[in-house]
Amino acid sequence: MADSHLQAVKGAKVLMVGAGGIGCELLKTLALSGFEDIHVIDMDTIEVSNLNRQFLFRQSHVGQSKAKVARDAVLKFKPHINIKPYHANVKSPEFNVEFFKQFSVVLNGLDNLDARRHVNRLCLAAQVPLVESGTTGYLGQVTVHVKGKTECYECQPKPTPKSYPVCTITSTPSKFVHCVVWAKDLLFAKLFGDKSQDNDLNIRPSDDGNTSKNPEDVFERSSDENAEKYGRRIHDHVFGYNIELALANDETWKNRKKPRPIYIKDVLPDKSLQRNGHLENCTSEDMPISTMPTLGLKNPQDIWSLVENAEVFLESLRLFIEKRDKDIGNLIFDKDDQLAVEFVTAAANIRASSFGIPLHSLFEAKGIAGNIVHAVATTNAIIAGLIVIEAIKILQCDFHNCRMSYCLEHPSRKMLLMPVEPFEANKSCYVCSEQILLLEINTWTTKLRDFVEKIVRNKLGMNLPIVMHGANLIYEDGDDIEEDIATNYTRNLDKVLAELPSQVTNGTVLTVEDLQQELTCNINIKHREEFDEEKHPDGMVLSGWSGHLNDNKVASNRENDISSAPSAAADAENPDGPDVVPKNLILGAREKYQRWKNLPTPQKIRPRNRTRRIRKILIKLMTATAATTMTMT
Amino acid sequence: MDGEELTAQQTALYDRQIRVWGVDAQKRLSKANVLVSGLNGTVAEFCKNIVLAGVGSLTLMDDRLVTENATHANFLITAEESKLSGRSLAEVYCNSLREFNPMVHVSVEKGDLHYFDGNFFDKFDIVIISGYSLKVKKLINSKCRERQKRIAFYTVECRGSCGEIFVDLQSYTYAQKKSDGTIECHMEYPSLEDAISIPWRDLPKKTTKTYFAMRVLEYFESWQYGKLCQTSDSDIPHVLESRKVLCDEQGLSESHLPDALLNRLVAAGAGEYPPVCAILGGFLGQEVIKAISGKGDPIKNFFYFDAADGKGIIEDISPPSK
Repeated sequence: MADSHLQAVKGAKVLMVGAGGIGCELLKTLALSGFEDIHVIDMDTIEVSNLNRQFLFRQSHVGQSKAKVARDAVLKFKPHINIKPYHANVKSPEFNVEFFKQFSVVLNGLDNLDARRHVNRLCLAAQVPLVESGTTGYLGQVTVHVKGKTECYECQPKPTPKSYPVCTITSTPSKFVHCVVWAKDLLFAKLFGDKSQDNDLNIRPSDDGNTSKNPEDVFERSSDENAEKYGRRIHDHVFGYNIELALANDETWKNRKKPRPIYIKDVLPDKSLQRNGHLENCTSEDMPISTMPTLGLKNPQDIWSLVENAEVFLESLRLFIEKRDKDIGNLIFDKDDQLAVEFVTAAANIRASSFGIPLHSLFEAKGIAGNIVHAVATTNAIIAGLIVIEAIKILQCDFHNCRMSYCLEHPSRKMLLMPVEPFEANKSCYVCSEQILLLEINTWTTKLRDFVEKIVRNKLGMNLPIVMHGANLIYEDGDDIEEDIATNYTRNLDKVLAELPSQVTNGTVLTVEDLQQELTCNINIKHREEFDEEKHPDGMVLSGWSGHLNDNKVASNRENDISSAPSAAADAENPDGPDVVPKNLILGAREKYQRWKNLPTPQKIRPRNRTRRIRKILIKLMTATAATTMTMT
Repeated sequence: MDGEELTAQQTALYDRQIRVWGVDAQKRLSKANVLVSGLNGTVAEFCKNIVLAGVGSLTLMDDRLVTENATHANFLITAEESKLSGRSLAEVYCNSLREFNPMVHVSVEKGDLHYFDGNFFDKFDIVIISGYSLKVKKLINSKCRERQKRIAFYTVECRGSCGEIFVDLQSYTYAQKKSDGTIECHMEYPSLEDAISIPWRDLPKKTTKTYFAMRVLEYFESWQYGKLCQTSDSDIPHVLESRKVLCDEQGLSESHLPDALLNRLVAAGAGEYPPVCAILGGFLGQEVIKAISGKGDPIKNFFYFDAADGKGIIEDISPPSK
């Protein structure tokens, strides 16, 4: 190693965000490469399913802080360096712009879009270079973001998690994933989650109002009702009664196959469930509470019969009530919660059966419900190596040699690792340029709450937002707001835009700001009456920063010789999970590729048309990778 | 593959990777036996990957004693172990790797691999060597090829910022994934000896310069040291001389092999660059998993990574098929 190289590395203070799949590999490679001052932030604790690739962790560490255990493990082979762990969320206010300013470079090994965008903004505000990364299966990528020299992480719009129209989930599922979303986000949430949350589980009986019983009461267990009886009643309500109710609406089924109501007495005629009687063995300390051993179900790859699904449904419900009573009321679905996965698998399968949709195994249902990313150690190791190589170039101020790198499953032009020159900043990026956004919205029906949640938080990725209309504050989030003002904001949240104290109507310009991220956006409001529910389930359309994907164009220009690359992503379906995900794999098909400004011309590594071709491969590849995540809006 | 199911423990541990390569591949992995000889930072990366993946057994060979020097680029050697004298690299690697995955059988074999007879090789499905001279590489490669069962053979070398992997899967059939299902593919691999004896004039113009540079160093070292990776700056004139000899003999213009690249490789000497170790160890791990599972396009038959340009390139250097 050259001396200048060594000096740059030794003198550097680096921040790693994420100590998971990429993070473990990265911390190891940084330490071996001579880095001596490394700070690590990770809010997660260690899970069993991490151990196949997060090699700094052992079985005995399950439940402990990733950042702390990773530090201790690395100090065993590199004892004299400084590693500072933070068991915390990178979005918490302590990690402000001042905090970020102390670092020479920030290295991301994150698993979600939200945190990635947040870190991007802090790096821009603190003027610290960022190396961003992601992997899924054999695919991975590393990108470099330096303010004033390259695009920022958000210069290209990112695919937001796929959402399904509510009616598809509640009434007309056609794919297994619809049934999983129903089981997880509606039924599971209704039975075990926060009761105060809105929930579309019950089909509102048509407005004839002859319901003798408030539908909400159906899910309450009466004091004289045992768990089994309760389970049978819930089963019949959601898989029987609700389906009958839906069938009553002829319009819905004109062009669709009708579902079949399923009643528990037809599936499991016996009054009580047959159990093997090994229950005591299965609830010991080290085994998670599960229905599978008692029901004699061994292989999570097997597809259960309808009878087995009904048994798992009743049994898991019973175990929740009898063994995990104190969890009920505040459970959130967790893919590492065995009993929750069993319940959701069974419920999704019974619903799928009702709608004539093929059933799936617990393994598959778990992958869909948990948005599990396919992850292997090798890709993470490769990507971590590339991150360190780029970080060292940045530390040596060797910016013109920085590259974005893509790790492919199938070679393209003989390459499995493909370097590409970084793109220059998108002038219409609302994050790193001052671009005014346009929001089409129905100002007479949309509440401020929807605007804040769906646009300001979800789409714009703000953490502690302030919403202003001219000099008037409409809404603000934070801990230090006085009580009467907070009440006022809460009142505003429930008003539609056009009825706010300072009316928001067609032509209004709203300013939204996040002081932590030091980001301000102006949004032009355009009133619009109608939205297509399939295309815009939120009932809002935000636009204004360019660089949209043009699928037709990509497809029609596809090169024969690169056709193998896109299939690389064929089995990567669920890109938002425990590991790092290439959300930023989407690159815009920008018409003009310009060289970086303010820099000496980089060494020409390929003719321009080749760059364009490579970009097309990437777009195609990445569109496939960033397929779907299952969140309902 | 039918037969035994994975245990609940295996299913929980390997959940994320089973989603990448499937249950059958996982079962095959758990029955495969891997031998590595010649331990260094790159091989450490490979061993970590294959042990995490859940291979059946890993056998380590390297009798060299651990010195404090060895810890420079190695996460398998803890600070305390490097101070203890009298333990071999293989023993120390073995202790660390066992902890990574209790389900994998990790063990040590003493001795020099090239003195072992063919029967010894029959215990393994995969043989990987690093840091050997060209002569020994060829010898071990041919021992693997002489056996009745197919033994996949790999070499891996990291010279500073550059790395090379060589793959010999002999006669290999695997499942290739297509958009509409899988098709069976067949590949014939040449031995190392046959591959590198192809005259340079017959290779495509676009063949990566690193391929030629690695052969020049190999040639230089085989008459200078009889070992790999021992070069220093003072060797540069002799290495340039080797370049001339080989280029003349093989019919390639010397200008095709720039001084800068050779200087870089010579200066690296035996030094490994940790990010490159991670990248090579990652790709080698993937290749071995592919070869065991019979799934996915394998590298044929050389792979190069150079941190200077960031490219990871596959080169197929095979005699024309007859």
